[in-house]
Amino acid sequence: MGIADRRIEDGNLMQAVAKLTPEKIKAAYELVTKGEAGARLSTYYQSCMRCGMCAQACHFSISHPDDPSYTPVGKMDQTMWKLIRQKGEVTPDEVYGMAQIAYTECNMCKRCVHYCPVGIDTGFITSLVRRFCYRLGVVPTYILDTAHSHSAVMNQMWVKQDEWIDSLIWQEDEARGEFPNLRVPLEKEGAEILYSVIAPEPKFRTQLIYQAAAIMHEAGLDWTMPALPGWDNSDMCMFVGDSEMMGRLKRCHYEMAQRLKVKRIVMGECGHAFRSVYDTGNRWLGFKDWPVPVVHSVEFFWELLTTGKIKIPKKFDKPVTIHDPCNITRGYGLMDKLREVVHMLCDKVVEMSPNREHTICCCAGGGIINCGPPFKSVRVAGNKAKADQLAATGVEYLVAPCHNCHGGLEDIIGHYKLGMHTKFLGDLIYQLMEKTRAE
Amino acid sequence: MQTLYNFATGPLLWASFAIFLAGSVWRIYSMIALARKKEMSVYAYMSWGFSFRSIFRWLTPFGTLGWKANPAMTVGTFAFHLCLLLLLLFAPGHAEMWDYNFGLAIWSLPEWLADTLTVVVIACCAFFAFRRLRVPAVRYVTTTHDWAVLLLVFLPFISAFLAKMQLGNTLFMTLLHVLSAEAVLIAIPFTRLSHAIFSPFTRAYMGSEFGGVRHCPDW
Ligand code: SF4
Ligand code: SF4
Repeated sequence: MGIADRRIEDGNLMQAVAKLTPEKIKAAYELVTKGEAGARLSTYYQSCMRCGMCAQACHFSISHPDDPSYTPVGKMDQTMWKLIRQKGEVTPDEVYGMAQIAYTECNMCKRCVHYCPVGIDTGFITSLVRRFCYRLGVVPTYILDTAHSHSAVMNQMWVKQDEWIDSLIWQEDEARGEFPNLRVPLEKEGAEILYSVIAPEPKFRTQLIYQAAAIMHEAGLDWTMPALPGWDNSDMCMFVGDSEMMGRLKRCHYEMAQRLKVKRIVMGECGHAFRSVYDTGNRWLGFKDWPVPVVHSVEFFWELLTTGKIKIPKKFDKPVTIHDPCNITRGYGLMDKLREVVHMLCDKVVEMSPNREHTICCCAGGGIINCGPPFKSVRVAGNKAKADQLAATGVEYLVAPCHNCHGGLEDIIGHYKLGMHTKFLGDLIYQLMEKTRAE
Repeated sequence: MQTLYNFATGPLLWASFAIFLAGSVWRIYSMIALARKKEMSVYAYMSWGFSFRSIFRWLTPFGTLGWKANPAMTVGTFAFHLCLLLLLLFAPGHAEMWDYNFGLAIWSLPEWLADTLTVVVIACCAFFAFRRLRVPAVRYVTTTHDWAVLLLVFLPFISAFLAKMQLGNTLFMTLLHVLSAEAVLIAIPFTRLSHAIFSPFTRAYMGSEFGGVRHCPDW
């Protein structure tokens, strides 16, 4: 039992591991554990009681009930605890396994925190293991590619500058068919709201930009979108362990907003991008507060609906259930606002159990879905727990305000034949809102 | 053996309390200094309110998701720690130690209650050992270190119990009790038992991060 028995081949993992030497491994170990990590790592290592109370927390261990190597502490034991026990003297093969665990078998969703009496943060330990692997170049191919894209063009999907602007104008053009006076204002200095999205939106979910523009237009808001780099708020560098680039990305995002002198940044329905601004990127940069206020879509939609800027004449009449994305609920406490928004949009809501801050992860987040096709089966098998939970609601529609969650949930819905449909809040608002300015 | 006993309950006892205290202070000081050097965010996020909110919540049996999901472990953990603390402070035999070594007059538990609590601790140790052997999630991550500290903590209780029941050589058992209890004291700052000194801090930090940054409870 353990990671060695379930090795999955990945191009870059194999290539990078082939170049490792004991000296390189030891140096990366020293850098991460002694150079960068501090009191939390050493205290957690010593005071984790190996009590196994966290075993029932993780969707991976719930989905593999007979295999203790998937429990939070089981994963720490095979990775960081082992590195510390052996003082960084591990084989390249073992590093392969550690990378596979850290990048593809832990979403860093922190559900296990609610189960650990000592207060150990397995997600944090996973991020350190990733940092160690990253320093050795041992990162799954697909997610490494997205991090490279960030480094090269400051967005996750190799979107070129002209393509970005072109996608916005294209969506503006499309939307003007429905709302004749609609604009997607580019680079408007001093706007109230700067709307930022993740690069997959212009790449393959452009309808989300259309919908956002329609909502902004209907609400009559003073908003803008940036034309220059910094427009992508996503952050795969945070997930591969490239902290330096994570810091640069956050800076670039804020500097873009400051250049445009906007009042605040509104983010699309994304979980991890939000995490990178409130939890990780800010720490790396030493920012306690945001240089420019950042608002997540859930909060933003709540504002629009409660102030009557957007009106819902008739609610969605089929029963829906709510998936709480960890990065905005367990991560940022938006579970109440999310519920209020969904209740303002839908007639009947069937809650999942457990929900709110105890939500079971979609198993796509934490960069796992970005590790690409070789690891799809890992996250689908690893999230039978969520599939069972979804099936138990008996409803057909699932609201999830996070891109990664959509990806992960759609995969389990397909695999376990649940016959459900996922919705963004934006989908529902666009579909249900009163369109006073439409043709 | 009597000379050894006198030595163990005299200078050695003093020495072990001193090592325990100095070691703990040193460990806590190093932890704080390290956090200051490397993790200023820990300082930035620490909050008294959220720290105590989390600590009290986790001190409530069945008050958290983790305790609810592990009922047997909840009973075992609370019983173990509570009885252990009560015995350490108020075991009838300890009144003499507090008085003789430290000049403190301390109330004691009645004999029958102290015996019962000792049996509870022994039973809890057996339960922990059972989990390490038979519960796969625990067995998978158990190391020699975990066995060693469990054995170490078990020794003072089983020896006290045997001495009380006058099974085996009473003087020997009492000596074993004193020596092993001193070993536990000395081991606290330097082994897994350091959770005794660190967990208030790890709990406080988690409570603060969840309360202040994540705006949600950590239980
Ligand atoms: S992480 Fe916490 S719950 Fe899990 S084994 Fe360690 S101490 Fe126990
Ligand atoms: S996936 Fe979530 S619950 Fe599982 S170990 Fe990682 S952080 Fe903990």
